[in-house]
Amino acid sequence: MRALIRKKPQVGRADPAPSRWAWRMQRMMLTPTIRLGLRAGIPFCIALGAGTWYLSDEGRRGAIEQAVAEARQSIETRPEFMVNLMAIDGAEDELASYIRESLPLNFPISSFDLDLDAMRGTLTEISAVKTASVRIRPGGVLQIEITPREAVALWRNQDGLALVDASGVYVAMATNRYARPDLPLIAGQGANEHVSEALELIQAAAPLGSRLRGIVRMGERRWDVVLDRDQRILLPEMEPQRALERVIALEGAQDILTRDVARVDMRLARRPTVQMTTEAAEERTAQQAAFRARNK
Amino acid sequence: MNDLYNSQRTMRQMRKLAMQRGVVAILDVGSSKIAALVLRFDGTARFDDEGEIGSLAGQSGFRVIGAATTRSRGVRFGEITSMGETERAIRTALQAAQKMAGIRVDHVIACFAGGDPRSYGLDAQVTLENQVVTEDDVARVMSGCDVPEYGDGREVLHAQPVNFALDHRSGLIDPRGQLGNELSVDMHMLTVDAAAVQHLAYCIKRCDLELAGIASSAYVSGISSLVEDEQELGAACIDLGGGATSVSIFIKKHMIYADSVRMGGDHVTSDISMGLQVPMANAERIKTFYGGVQATGMDDREMIEIGGETGDYEHDRRTASRAELIGIMRPRVEEILEEVRARLDAAGFDHLPSQQIVLTGGGSQIPGLDGLASKILGQQVRLGRPLRVHGLPQAATGPGFSSAVGLALFAAHPQDEWWDFDVPADRYPARSLKRAVKWFKDNW
Repeated sequence: MRALIRKKPQVGRADPAPSRWAWRMQRMMLTPTIRLGLRAGIPFCIALGAGTWYLSDEGRRGAIEQAVAEARQSIETRPEFMVNLMAIDGAEDELASYIRESLPLNFPISSFDLDLDAMRGTLTEISAVKTASVRIRPGGVLQIEITPREAVALWRNQDGLALVDASGVYVAMATNRYARPDLPLIAGQGANEHVSEALELIQAAAPLGSRLRGIVRMGERRWDVVLDRDQRILLPEMEPQRALERVIALEGAQDILTRDVARVDMRLARRPTVQMTTEAAEERTAQQAAFRARNK
Repeated sequence: MNDLYNSQRTMRQMRKLAMQRGVVAILDVGSSKIAALVLRFDGTARFDDEGEIGSLAGQSGFRVIGAATTRSRGVRFGEITSMGETERAIRTALQAAQKMAGIRVDHVIACFAGGDPRSYGLDAQVTLENQVVTEDDVARVMSGCDVPEYGDGREVLHAQPVNFALDHRSGLIDPRGQLGNELSVDMHMLTVDAAAVQHLAYCIKRCDLELAGIASSAYVSGISSLVEDEQELGAACIDLGGGATSVSIFIKKHMIYADSVRMGGDHVTSDISMGLQVPMANAERIKTFYGGVQATGMDDREMIEIGGETGDYEHDRRTASRAELIGIMRPRVEEILEEVRARLDAAGFDHLPSQQIVLTGGGSQIPGLDGLASKILGQQVRLGRPLRVHGLPQAATGPGFSSAVGLALFAAHPQDEWWDFDVPADRYPARSLKRAVKWFKDNW
């Protein structure tokens, strides 16, 4: 039989207790790791995903790149950042024009496009330049300050004639000896590594005046002083300056170099040796023969 | 005994783990409400330099970050009678507490009032090997206590050394390092029905939580509602709960006796319900709003709408005077207090130097109860509220929360128990070693 009165379903107060799964869910959501994941991890992943998706299209990427490049260009080409001319200080005409050649810049140029470090590198690679400072001066001037290498000697080597500075570094080629008559001449292999020593010797040889042709590095260990008339003074390895001074003193006292002498060998300090020229030797032999004949 | 050691040790380990994690839940499973607190141990003053838990830990080490309470279901006389209902009630309370705390808790320390707690006093004495008391000696004397037959279906809930004596000096709290010849210990052991513990453990396990400790609510409400000098000089704490009234006696800061009367506020409510013929919900409401135990002339004239929802107008519009209500409530409250008196007498409470009695629990909020209690229990009766702890919401500071707060203090500052000391090393292995040596001697 069906009941005549439909029973109302029991509507009591709802059970306030969470179900087992609701309880587990709540506990899971209260776990610190998961909370951190929800707070930071999910937004991060969404942002990353959206960014990746957006940038995966070639056209959008190109548009962004172009927009960035345009913005960059518009800033870079502002007159405040433009460099209009190059000023070179401390270099003479030839070097200055060489520097201008080695830095091919089309002015006006934006200062963002100038790589000052690379320019500095290029400049210091020039052998005639000792140090170079490159900076952009307010007013759009590329200021280059050069300390040039000071050539102190001419060095004759296998390749020809070179100008070297005090530390022996190659400065420039010289066409011939008379291009720089003011500089002393040194020669021989390894001579450029001992320029200061050579300069001291040359200074000490000043009393010889214009007779000095130059000095030669022999066997990369000692010096020869070369005078005109093919005279040579062979200096020892140790204390060459004193030996040279002794020779000059001998010259002053006995005119040793004015005589017909081919070389003065000072390599052994105790026994200075003098080699006569062939003619002088023959003459002396003839004299001795004559003397002997007379006395017979 | 070993089994008990192991289970209690496991819980101790859990509690340490929870302390390290810093968050632990407190669950007071009562007959009328289930209260859950979430504690955060912030590490201030938690350990002193020896790595022990310092004496101020109870107040300064933790903070209540979540508190919730819910109507209890499936619990009668402080014991779980319906597992599913209780489990859901526990989930409700803990969910709200977790939500308030904003963190999940995995470890729960629970207390309950029922399970027919029984107290036993144990003692033992040992002769010291070399004058100085070491930790090993303490363990030895404690394991030397002969355990009475407390029955099959029962389990030891607390076993605390209450007093140490060294030769003729008694009342030592910590005898380690002292000199003497004979060390004796007095222990207080509390056993409860094993089934009650197992039911509670099962309910908590069903909620995916770990049980990190279990305590008797008689003990923990005593911790929170007795002030320090009462605990020192001797006092009884009577926790008038919903389904059970628990009694604990403290002296020298140790519980020496605990018992429970299987009657409480729910019985008063059911008396009102029967006497006035109203539903239980109405009776509870009438009890909390108008209840009392001391009738005055004014109460005859104060009429209470007792209500009802039968649909019969005459029946639902009845009124009763407050004096009638008091007439219903008073005998039951008196009965409860008489029963408490009997328990206290049985425990020898009147031999204690101080006879202070503290009434706490939700039932202690009946107006005029202190007057009635002082007639029955003695002159020194006061109403107790739980200690104030950090972060406890105002709603949870009433006397009904004394066992929850006490449990929080207990969690922060656990008392040494029997199982906290190692079993002396010489007990089993030495004997077996001797046996092995003997076997060798006999056979070769």
